[in-house]
Amino acid sequence: MHPTWAPDSIDVSHPSAARVYDYLLGGAHNFAADRALGDELTRRSPEIAETMRANRVFLRRAVQFLVEAGVRQFVDIGSGIPTVGNVHEIAQRLAPDTTVVYIDVDPVAVAHSEAILAGDPRAAVLAGDLREPERILAEVRQLGLIDFHRPVAVLLAGVLHFLSDNDNPGGIVDALIEPLATGSYLLISHATFDEQPAALIEAQQLSARTSTQIHARPYAEVRGLFSGLRMIEPGVVFIPLWRPDLEDAIDRPERIAAYAGVGHKG
Amino acid sequence: MRSTAQSGSPPTPALATRADGGGGPSWSQRLPTEWARRLSATTYTPLRPPELRGLLTALAADLETARGSADAEASLAEWGRRAGATLVDAHLTDPAALETSLLVLGERLTPGPPATAAAGAFARGFTTQLRAATLREQERLAQAIIRAQSGVERAARQSEARFRAIFAGAGFGIGISDMFGRIIQVNQAFADLLGYPVEEMRGMTIPELRHPSDPARMWEDYRRVFSGEVDHIRMEKAYYRRDGDVVWTELSVSVIRDDAGEPQFTVAMVDDVTERHHLQARLRHQAAHDPLTGLPNRSLFTERLADAIANAGPTDRIGVCYLDLDGFKRINDSLGHDVGDELLVAVAGRLSDCARAFGHLAARMGGDEFVILVERCSGPDQLEILAEAALTALTAPISLGAHRLRVGASIGVVEQPAAATEPAEIMKAADVTLYQAKAAGRGRWVRYDPAMVAEESARYALSADMPDALERGEFTLVYQPIVALPGQKLLGLEALVRWRHPELGLLPPDRFIALAEETGFIVPLGRHVLRQACRQAAVSFPDHDLFVSVNLSVAQTQEDSLVSDIGEALVAAGLPASRLQLELTESALMSPHGAGLRALRTLADGGVRVAIDDFGTGYSNLAYLRSLPVHTLKLPRPFIAGLDQAEQGGAPAVEEQIVDALVRLAHAIDLTVTAEGVETYAQAQRLSALGCDTAQGWFLGPAYPPEQLRRLAVGQPATDARSR
Repeated sequence: MHPTWAPDSIDVSHPSAARVYDYLLGGAHNFAADRALGDELTRRSPEIAETMRANRVFLRRAVQFLVEAGVRQFVDIGSGIPTVGNVHEIAQRLAPDTTVVYIDVDPVAVAHSEAILAGDPRAAVLAGDLREPERILAEVRQLGLIDFHRPVAVLLAGVLHFLSDNDNPGGIVDALIEPLATGSYLLISHATFDEQPAALIEAQQLSARTSTQIHARPYAEVRGLFSGLRMIEPGVVFIPLWRPDLEDAIDRPERIAAYAGVGHKG
Repeated sequence: MRSTAQSGSPPTPALATRADGGGGPSWSQRLPTEWARRLSATTYTPLRPPELRGLLTALAADLETARGSADAEASLAEWGRRAGATLVDAHLTDPAALETSLLVLGERLTPGPPATAAAGAFARGFTTQLRAATLREQERLAQAIIRAQSGVERAARQSEARFRAIFAGAGFGIGISDMFGRIIQVNQAFADLLGYPVEEMRGMTIPELRHPSDPARMWEDYRRVFSGEVDHIRMEKAYYRRDGDVVWTELSVSVIRDDAGEPQFTVAMVDDVTERHHLQARLRHQAAHDPLTGLPNRSLFTERLADAIANAGPTDRIGVCYLDLDGFKRINDSLGHDVGDELLVAVAGRLSDCARAFGHLAARMGGDEFVILVERCSGPDQLEILAEAALTALTAPISLGAHRLRVGASIGVVEQPAAATEPAEIMKAADVTLYQAKAAGRGRWVRYDPAMVAEESARYALSADMPDALERGEFTLVYQPIVALPGQKLLGLEALVRWRHPELGLLPPDRFIALAEETGFIVPLGRHVLRQACRQAAVSFPDHDLFVSVNLSVAQTQEDSLVSDIGEALVAAGLPASRLQLELTESALMSPHGAGLRALRTLADGGVRVAIDDFGTGYSNLAYLRSLPVHTLKLPRPFIAGLDQAEQGGAPAVEEQIVDALVRLAHAIDLTVTAEGVETYAQAQRLSALGCDTAQGWFLGPAYPPEQLRRLAVGQPATDARSR
């Protein structure tokens, strides 16, 4: 049957979340519609681009942490267009035997990733929708890159806020973590309206134009996504506060309207 | 950046930092740190801070080398192009990265043509590399789009091909209609199911596919689907095929909406369940119909009756004819169950035809009981006409193989306002009324009469009360003298039972004996009477030969314990067997139960006298009479009552001739005769003249309570006064 997420066609006249993200990170993998939306978001909320960058920086720091903690398998769901600072680049630079599977719902992102990853036997990309976690796991299993008897880090960076409450994000997270081996990790970064000015909230709502609205969630809900896992210090915090590099100057961390956290399956 | 206003000044030192001579770390050491800090603050880099610092430190070192080279201006320009490109390669592509870098360099380099050249070259290197990177990325993106597009199209083509294959090849019917109910497309299975070509079904409308069995709510459901109120309905639905046959389907209809949520069309899926439907219908029919006659059974009838009452208007009336065949058991017993069953089938057919002719439902309630339901009746007359018609329908003989059978029936007719009754109530009334029709002599219908039911329930209450009454000692005996003719010498006494009822007073036997016989209570009651009579006779006449006469019911004679019961009663009372007389009816004696007869012989052999009660009113086998263990015939009251008219017109009345004949008959076979119900002197005289041996009745002595018996015996010689 036709997967529920697969588009009927590729329409570059509508913005795509992955391409807007790429644009805000300084990439050129984007079109006029993506750039227009990116500019609009920036105009309404100058911190938006910084938030995107902070998310990327968090991902880099967290992947480094996970590799140093011994993780050699990553599943990055909602990986987007792999412009710069990809998980496999970061991880393989630290531990060349690390395997990474990317999953995204955007067929352009998937096609692009295929091109980037061609020639890397330890990395692959799959088309899939986070709303079908069992299907994702089944396809990852079928791929054979990931050994489910060993710890896996599941990365949900900036993707769960595209799910509405009706999609039951908590249930999806549970479904993803449940079959994983002891010692596995869950990484989440997630937009929030906590301590945010009204302008940002408006800007977030504007992102509905990418055909997927942002569902910002308060602290308790984001923390709740890690239920059953032991939190890695410092727990769920505004992104800049998650294990910053010594050089990082942290000015008003709540400017970055997103939480980050890493949980450990003990 | 400074202008190049000082272009004429000496070039040496070509570049110097303004902070030089400040005493801290040299600018070439501080430049990378400052540059990295400011780049990190304004632009995104995937590099970790040490990596970024390393990159910038190398650039600063190269800058130092270029600055000291022979052709510093050219070297610096060369360095600028390379450094700009390096930043872009490290993904520091934001225009802010260029601006920040030029600011940092401008603050650190001594103004002058070399600095200007370095800055210009840096900007050129950055933008050239950025343009190249952008074009490369756009190129890559375009290729990704093309690949994704073709992948999507391939998937869509495959998906569409799959769907087309499913649509075409599905075993169940699929139909698509617009929101006005017009059929847009159907698959072959749907068309085949209804026997149309696909093209002909296209353009038909859903209402054209209606069927009389469609439930009323179905069209309301469809309306809700087409208005978009509900997204899904499911039902069992019948369709006419093009050839007029009917197919039953499991139908499921779903609304398909566009991205904006507007209903676009509906998809119907139909699965042929005709066989299952017929099987279910057959099972339902079987569950609701009598397998022998094919008539609706009790459960269906009860359901219909309940529905009729539940759905009746306030003035509607409802009626029931409850019919039971007369003598069906006899036919079954004598001709066998096969014939009995065939008879039931024939009767069912006639009753069903009769009921149908009036538009009513006939059902078989079980056994040989049938019922006709009149759901909306106009009044009692309609029911009576129907009952009459049902009886008439059964009058013509029924031919079954070699047999031509006539079977009658009794009918209980009930007709009531529907609102005032309940199914159970009307059926109970019908049952009681049927019973009345039977009791009234069969072959007739009887209309329900509430008074009759009241009487029936009174009878029921009475019969239910009997066991307790026996416990409480409410059944007592009185004794009627039996005397010799002529002379009226006391020979014995007939024990008669009375019920001293606490509310109804003293009840004579005709109020309760028949009831006791129906319920079987006659057996314990009879045993009680026997024991009482034996004891009271023994106590009252210890020195006399007076006998006591006790009535035995048919049921008692069929008890295996009859002989031992009587033996025990005699022993317990201390009464010789010769002083007990048992009174039985002819039918009790003639009944085919040999056991009863054997018991009587045993008793007679032991000295007990046996009298035939009410002789001449039942079936008498005179030839057989001789060989029975009988001593006495008792002539009932009606024969005796006729003796008063004797010899009025010279010739003896018929009654006298009968009594004369019966006395002669009895004497011819060595039996004595007792006349009952003697009420006048004249009767006693005539009986005496006719040679009747003994008599009893009001004229000869009323019934006495036991406590008066002793006085009655005074003056009676303690001799053997019996005629035999």
